[in-house]
Amino acid sequence: MENILRKKAKELLETGAVKVVIGYGWNRSKTRTTPVFITKPEDADRLVFNPLCVNNLSVYLTRKFKDIQALGKPAIIAKGCDIKNIVVLITEAQLQREDVFIIGMVCEGTVYKQELWKGELLPQIMPTKCHNCGVRNPHVADVIIGEKSTFVPPEKPTGMVFDKIKDIDSKDQSARWGFWINEFSRCVKCYACRQVCSLCYCERCIAEKNMPQWIETSAHPRGNLSWNLTRAMHLVGRCTFCGECERACPVNIPLNLINQKMILVVKDAFNFESGYDEKTHPPMIVFSPDDKDNFIK
Amino acid sequence: MTEHTEQTESCGFEPKIMAFVCNWCTYAGADLAGTSRMEYRPNVRIIKLPCTGRIDPLFIIKAFENGADGVLVSGCHPGDCHYTTGNYHARRRWIGFKNLMEFTGIDMRRLHFSWVSASEAIKWVDLINGITDEIKKIGPFMEYKGLKEKASL
Repeated sequence: MENILRKKAKELLETGAVKVVIGYGWNRSKTRTTPVFITKPEDADRLVFNPLCVNNLSVYLTRKFKDIQALGKPAIIAKGCDIKNIVVLITEAQLQREDVFIIGMVCEGTVYKQELWKGELLPQIMPTKCHNCGVRNPHVADVIIGEKSTFVPPEKPTGMVFDKIKDIDSKDQSARWGFWINEFSRCVKCYACRQVCSLCYCERCIAEKNMPQWIETSAHPRGNLSWNLTRAMHLVGRCTFCGECERACPVNIPLNLINQKMILVVKDAFNFESGYDEKTHPPMIVFSPDDKDNFIK
Repeated sequence: MTEHTEQTESCGFEPKIMAFVCNWCTYAGADLAGTSRMEYRPNVRIIKLPCTGRIDPLFIIKAFENGADGVLVSGCHPGDCHYTTGNYHARRRWIGFKNLMEFTGIDMRRLHFSWVSASEAIKWVDLINGITDEIKKIGPFMEYKGLKEKASL
């Protein structure tokens, strides 16, 4: 798999079809993978692909990374879940389909965090998204590398995140409030969730606007709540549940719960799942006269 | 003595209610209530916006942050929007926002959405009276206000 990948990357760079290959490479001690940007054909041997490749590299296609855009047309090594984010970026006119060469990797799951890797991919170290993955065979790609996966996702989504959502939903209002205030009170406003998210591509984030100050910048419970609610709201109908925000969070706030909850809400209310079709508009920019409004008096 | 104190406490609390309304329907409806000399609770502070589509969910969060005990968002009935589709977009956003607020544990008795047209002064009066009385009963939004005190620690 890796050899085919390297050969393909080398070929793309040699022919000049792309100027940079965004992929995964080993760190120096070969314990973790890290994003690498290959611009010379002879460096293509640095590329690797294994269950440690957790990063969602689609963030490097956004305008947050002007220096990478300046290199020229990119090829990106992407798992099915990363391709979902690329599809959302195409839907939102952040890039054209022909502006990126997608090397789709057939993926049998990744680890939740790279520290958990003990040389073997066990179901208990895989994140919830992998257990319910419907895109192990990439759905939008210029070339697909790897043997076709036969995995069929369970009909009803299962896993820790879904169990926890059910658990929170069953609690009463004050218990839910207590749970979230406790979780959000740890937030240190490092904005790692925003930086790692490929859908948070605003050049000027609402958190940085200070005339008026919409979101308090100091890390205290009130500002933290407002920041996390606002970010969740901005991702409604867009989030693909790649799980990068929770992985990047230094204080382990369960952001997957809130984002997955909103995905369930959108699926239920608008029958829409983001990241599958670049031709469909995201639900928040269109409407239907038949939307349910039983909560509106 | 105890009875007396309780009474003053329950009567003494006057909730602050923010109403984000659209210029063309609900504001006109509230105006009609005024010109028709209908009486309703004075606890509501109305903020007029061009359309419900202009109402960013952040306004509601900001209202709670600044001490509102309840928030009402109101606009034209579906199909009546002055800008044709503004309230349809708003409705989509509210479906998301309402579920988000519920999931986070905001008391839904403090956040209301409604459609009030320019002729529905009676509906507006009933709505404001109903919300004010309900919030009076449940008391100030100490959970949210408490966050500020936590902040100063």
